[in-house]
Amino acid sequence: MQDFWRKEFNLRLVIGEVITGIGVMFLFLGSLGIFRLPDVYNRVQAGTKCTTLGAFLTVIGVGIMQPDWFWKTLIIALFILLSNPISSHALGRASLKSGVSLCDRSVVDKTDEFNKKGKK
Amino acid sequence: MNEIVTYIFLAVIGIAIILCLLRMLKGPTASDRAIAVDTATTVIVAFMVFLGFIFERYVYLDVSLVYAVISFVGLVAIARFLEKGI
Repeated sequence: MQDFWRKEFNLRLVIGEVITGIGVMFLFLGSLGIFRLPDVYNRVQAGTKCTTLGAFLTVIGVGIMQPDWFWKTLIIALFILLSNPISSHALGRASLKSGVSLCDRSVVDKTDEFNKKGKK
Repeated sequence: MNEIVTYIFLAVIGIAIILCLLRMLKGPTASDRAIAVDTATTVIVAFMVFLGFIFERYVYLDVSLVYAVISFVGLVAIARFLEKGI
């Protein structure tokens, strides 16, 4: 703690630290949703949204703290932003087609309709 | 960057990876396990970039980029397998 104030006050490091902190919080909340939620489809929703934003913010925050690395971290963040929803959508569609049922508390269940429409 | 904040961030990301692995061990169906692996790989990519910032090694960025590409291709293959499309 003393070491932090002895250095000169660097605004770029503080901004990167705050952005990385928000990203780490989102990563933790996404994993908590993976662990706690009752159903496959709820877990897909929690896991993909929170984790995409969290990884994007964490990688961009590291790029702000270390300015020589900024373009490469931007490439990694854009790749995560493009590829993570595609793989999650493929997994959700596969679990819907292979007949994984919804949880007991869900209100509307239209999986049979979707599977019939897919077979025709 | 302050050391205490760094340790807190590392601990929080580690707890997140452990929660994903617990769901992977516990999950009732195969789709649960695949989704837990999907989330865990994205968390591990961010963890590797942060670790590279701590150790000040530029190579870790290449490692995390290749890891992201390989996990994307592998998870799409697993999804096609679950859908009985292969």
